[in-house]
Amino acid sequence: MSHATRLEELLRELAPQVLGVLIHRTGDFDTAEDAVQEASLAAALHWPRDGIPDSPRSWLIQTAMRKMTDQIRSSRARRRREQEVARLEPPAAEVPGHDDTLTLLFLCCHPTLTPASAIALTLRAIAGLTTAQIARAFLVPENTMGQRISRAKQRLKASDVPFTMPTGEDHPQRLDSVLQVLYLLFNEGHTSSTGTGLHRADLSDEAIRLTRMPHSRLPDDSEVTGLLALMLLTDARRPARTGPNGELVPLDEQDRSRWNRPLITEGVALVTAAMSRGRICRYQLEASIAALHAQAPSARQTAWPQILAVYEALRRLSGNPIVTLNMAVAAAMVHGPAAGLTLLEPLDEQLGGHHRLDAVRGHLLEMLGDTHAAGTRYRAAADRTTSLPERRYLFAQAARLCG
Amino acid sequence: MKFLLLQNYPGTENVEPMANWPAEDVEAHLKFQNELNRRLTELGELIDVQSLTGPDLAKFVTSDGVGATVVTDGPFPEFKELLAGYRIIDVESEARAIEIAEQVSAAPGPGGRPLRQPIEVRQVRGCVSAGS
Repeated sequence: MSHATRLEELLRELAPQVLGVLIHRTGDFDTAEDAVQEASLAAALHWPRDGIPDSPRSWLIQTAMRKMTDQIRSSRARRRREQEVARLEPPAAEVPGHDDTLTLLFLCCHPTLTPASAIALTLRAIAGLTTAQIARAFLVPENTMGQRISRAKQRLKASDVPFTMPTGEDHPQRLDSVLQVLYLLFNEGHTSSTGTGLHRADLSDEAIRLTRMPHSRLPDDSEVTGLLALMLLTDARRPARTGPNGELVPLDEQDRSRWNRPLITEGVALVTAAMSRGRICRYQLEASIAALHAQAPSARQTAWPQILAVYEALRRLSGNPIVTLNMAVAAAMVHGPAAGLTLLEPLDEQLGGHHRLDAVRGHLLEMLGDTHAAGTRYRAAADRTTSLPERRYLFAQAARLCG
Repeated sequence: MKFLLLQNYPGTENVEPMANWPAEDVEAHLKFQNELNRRLTELGELIDVQSLTGPDLAKFVTSDGVGATVVTDGPFPEFKELLAGYRIIDVESEARAIEIAEQVSAAPGPGGRPLRQPIEVRQVRGCVSAGS
């Protein structure tokens, strides 16, 4: 790693910590963020020349505090200004090693924000991406993304969300909201394909990087561990998920030698550790399904009965019809396609019109040998999907069966 | 979720082309559109907005890829079928897209009366796929 890259990495890691400290002291997200940016800029100028200070974190905090004090001095009315400045005097030489990054993550993923705003704010404030980078990843103009981020900050300010870790009863719900934001972010990257979507794969890397953070702070939390494992195990399949022309390759046809083994090893170890702790929760179960797939040498030699059992547990836990939909595939592998189709029956009401219901039904009808009905289902799914690569894949399935 | 909101030229029954509106009504209409765009940008929802040149300048191009290409020039008697402009928005839900379309539809026309223009709301099929 070059000197410059190391410096950049260090700044990226420290910036959210410094931002956390500043927001903690002032409660003002915007001013704090500007100050951290200026301090990082100063560091990028000074450190290569003068060497990295003994405590780079304290250096950044003090510099950012000074910048913020300057800013408030020059921009606020005199009367308020003096009170604020008194409160903002730069701290003594060493700031205790207290880490506010996790608190900052909880703030950025606060349930008062829409998921899209929470994702944008988290990428900006914690992952340290620029607004332009985030805008590019979500294929929206930079101005639009900038507005989305600044509105999110205003909303937090207006809702008077305190900058503290949620405690007691609040904690599980707030953690849920953090994990959901990280999960959505991961899916944004994971489900992308080629063309304009190419750079979106970085979003999965960011999601994994961000999820490692709460995991390192809350190593015994089964949900956090489960989510990290789920991401690693899913991401391990990324190299095999698309063919040379960006076409989708379904799980059972993927070249498993292209799966990322180190990610699988880490994911399996995490999910095993989480399972041994006893408490059973959603991400953990999803991760263990991913682990069973990851450890199978081929689609046929997959531990389908175990996968079916985990889906059953997941269904009891969540009641989400998509779980039943996925479970139908596992049921078909264990008990035959008719069993899978029976499971799909009650879903018409909840998922009617959802392209995945048609796609799965097509798959099971094909297993049953009813190629004509299967082709019709594939075509209906192709018409309804909002994804281009998926549409191409489903049309190809339909064409293969109907000629 | 990205949506395309389409509106045809001028699209409503009994409404004169904009060229025949009183100047202050045109002014009020354009002000409304600008204000809506500003608000959608501020909300972080607007991706693109375009207004197209009038049907007089429209051309229809037909080709079988081999023989002579047929280019038909306007003006066209059925100009209500032609696209006048569009917005691309990125919103949380279809319900929100419909809410925005409502506002577009109620843009002020002659005499300040809402145009009640039909707005076609279409979800954009992205390069993103779900699952597997």
